[in-house]
Amino acid sequence: MVSSIYSQITYGHFLVLAGVLFGIGLAGVILRRNALIVMMSIELMLNAANMTILTFARMHGDMRGHALAFIVIAVAAAEAAVGLAIVVAVYRARGHADVDRLSTLRH
Amino acid sequence: MKTNLIFLIPLLPLLGALFNLFLGRVIWRVAAGRDPSRRVVHFVAVGTVVASFAVALSLLVGPLFELFWKWHQGGKSGLSEALTQSVYTWIEVGNLKLDLAFRMDTLSGVMVMVVTFVGSLIHLYSTGYMADEPRYAAYFGYLNLFTGAMLILVLGDNLPVMFIGWEGVGLCSYLLIGFWFENNQFAYAGRKAFVVNRIGDFAFLIGMFLLFQAVGGLDYETLRSDAAMAAYRSPLWGERLAFWAGLFLFIGACGKSAQIPLYVWLPDAMAGPTPVSALIHAATMVTAGVYMVARMSFLYASSTAAMAVVAGVGALTALFAAIMAFAQTDFKKVLAYSTVSQLGFMFVGVGVGAYVAGIFHLVTHAFFKAGLFLAAGSVMHAMSGSGDIVKMGGLKKWLPWTHKTFVAYWLAICGIIPFAGFFSKDEILAGAWSAEGQGWLVGYGELLWVVLTVAALGTAFYMSRLYCLVFEGECRADDETRSHIHESPWSMTVPLAILAVFSVGIGFIGLPHVGGLPNVLESWLSASIARPDFHSTYPSIAESLHLSAQNHLGEGGLLLFMAIALVMGIAGIGAAWKLYRKGPSKLVADKSASGFAARIYQVVYNKFYVDELYDRIVVAPFRWACQALFDVVDKFVIDLIFVNGSAFVVGVVGRVARWVQNGQVHRYLGLLVVGAGCIFYFTREPTIDFSYTVSGGRVTFQADIGAGPSAIMSKTTELRWDFNGDGDSNDPEEQRFRNKTEAQLPIADVGSQVTLWYTDPVFKSTAKTVKPVDKNSDRVGGEQ
Repeated sequence: MVSSIYSQITYGHFLVLAGVLFGIGLAGVILRRNALIVMMSIELMLNAANMTILTFARMHGDMRGHALAFIVIAVAAAEAAVGLAIVVAVYRARGHADVDRLSTLRH
Repeated sequence: MKTNLIFLIPLLPLLGALFNLFLGRVIWRVAAGRDPSRRVVHFVAVGTVVASFAVALSLLVGPLFELFWKWHQGGKSGLSEALTQSVYTWIEVGNLKLDLAFRMDTLSGVMVMVVTFVGSLIHLYSTGYMADEPRYAAYFGYLNLFTGAMLILVLGDNLPVMFIGWEGVGLCSYLLIGFWFENNQFAYAGRKAFVVNRIGDFAFLIGMFLLFQAVGGLDYETLRSDAAMAAYRSPLWGERLAFWAGLFLFIGACGKSAQIPLYVWLPDAMAGPTPVSALIHAATMVTAGVYMVARMSFLYASSTAAMAVVAGVGALTALFAAIMAFAQTDFKKVLAYSTVSQLGFMFVGVGVGAYVAGIFHLVTHAFFKAGLFLAAGSVMHAMSGSGDIVKMGGLKKWLPWTHKTFVAYWLAICGIIPFAGFFSKDEILAGAWSAEGQGWLVGYGELLWVVLTVAALGTAFYMSRLYCLVFEGECRADDETRSHIHESPWSMTVPLAILAVFSVGIGFIGLPHVGGLPNVLESWLSASIARPDFHSTYPSIAESLHLSAQNHLGEGGLLLFMAIALVMGIAGIGAAWKLYRKGPSKLVADKSASGFAARIYQVVYNKFYVDELYDRIVVAPFRWACQALFDVVDKFVIDLIFVNGSAFVVGVVGRVARWVQNGQVHRYLGLLVVGAGCIFYFTREPTIDFSYTVSGGRVTFQADIGAGPSAIMSKTTELRWDFNGDGDSNDPEEQRFRNKTEAQLPIADVGSQVTLWYTDPVFKSTAKTVKPVDKNSDRVGGEQ
């Protein structure tokens, strides 16, 4: 009866899962102070976004959604590379990577 | 007749002013007042006024006289032509067209001659009198500016141009009264003159507005056209329009010409340099009001009530100012009250319709009063600057020239034959007696005559008192001052001598109508005063005009009046001679020490307490109101609410904004999330709308799914139509168009209203819209 279990999983479940993932990521970005954790939370949100894109693509039977997901993965990889480099550079310069204490852009 | 030279008359002194006020002052400072710079300054100043006089004279004896002669030979009917020049169009708004235009007719011609001639002499005199002045160039700059403004006033061809000059002379008067502004009192006197004049100018403006509203134009030709003459007689506020316009203009004249109730500034104006008092506050500026009334004679002739007011105020002023002059101890103050009094005489002249007499007195007064002031300057120059006549006496042996010329002026103002004042004052007196135009109160003219005769007696008395205290008796000055007494230089005595000659001789231009003597001035002025055609066109108005008193009194009456005036003059002189020949009168000193006479003397000495009265009823309440305004409006509303309030609001907003802009990425992101949530929340409800087109018997509906996340996210639409208006969507037609955004069906199948439901594919909430359908052919409708 495996197939019946799968057949009970609807698009709505995927969307809810994506929403929960996005919420966890958003909470991490907003609440955590370590830049590294923030970066990881952003990755989580990007994946949640990917999941909704794929869900809608399946829902509408439109394969362009899958292509879009690959582009998002590529951009996320580039973002992670640049972001991590910045975090490392900031850590070397300041001796910490606390986002709250990095408020010089205010000036 | 058009000519293109008139503008030079005011322009030349204005150029002189421009030079001296800008370049001259620099030269003066650079050269530190040494000789070449002094010569440049006063050569330009005197030269421009003399040149202006030359231009005016050449115009007067040339083209203007030609026009006058043509009019004179042509039976004196109609209006004499004037020399006019329009420089450019100044204001053109709606049907108001005003040119910067000048007009030289026989009336303004006389005024121009007086202003430029007396002005030239006083400029010349000033080069001597002001020789030690450190601000020499500025002084002459102001003096030239005044002359230019006065000439604009006199020559303007419409009231606004006259008003330019009117304000210009007021400004120069202020500048020159307060010329020695280091002294607070002098600066105050200048301010007082300016403010009092402003009150009058305000009324003058109102008069001008009234005239514009009634007539539709402000140049003199329009103002004395037949249409205007009719407008003047139209009723307004229970009187003729001419009365109100004339009254408001006359209030302006009261300010400028120092009449009750606005005369208070003139005695204080003596704070200025003495030549200024002579030029501005005796000979020219203060006569502007008289000139204005004569200029607007056609207006005043249209309202007997206005004439009565002018004459009444003039007579009162003449009498009260003469009385106030009795107790003055300052040389120039006596002359100042005398000027106020003589201006009153002139206003009676123009007020009773004897315009020629009024202008005649203006001319003679300009000469002898300018002379008196210049003599005063010469005396004060000799007395080390003091003008206290109690400390003078016996000066005739030190100042022979000043004394001789002073005698001429003195006799002229007292009205002794054949000096100038005799003729002019007598004409006014005769004119007052014979004033009996339509609507005059019975006996009003005679009353005016009595008042003026008493005032003339007073004039003779206070002038003789002045003469005796200054030139007769023993010298009462202290030794220090006495050792410095000296006759003035030629630049001062020559103008004195010339003015003295005119004070003796100028009266002969206006001889009385006795024994066939010619009255040159009357023939000359009647070409432009009022409307010479009044006698044929407006006989009822002409009744109130007495260009001469000849017709009313006859030769015998005139001779009698002259005799009375002469007796009054001699009586006044005799009384003063008896009292004051040997210095300040013992009799007066005793009487004024105690008792009832002393109280009267005190009242007169304090000028009837008019200044104090004005302080109480005008100045003090005004100050109080200003203080209140300052406290409430300025300090509370503007300072506290507007200035500090706006700063406070900006501060609060800034503090909030600073809390938002703190550089913490967390908070930025948090706000971003809140914002995104708001967008989702407010757009969660689906919206639906449709429009329709009626064409060719068919109706086409077009659904419009609104914005919002559900509309974007859904590819399929869930739409249900109700076309026939039965409340459901189950009919076959309606089934057919289910989920279609466009529907077309015959007009017969469409009910009176159409409903469209839309169900959100994600949240499953339903929106609906209901619209009536207008099935008239060829319509487009339903768009929101």
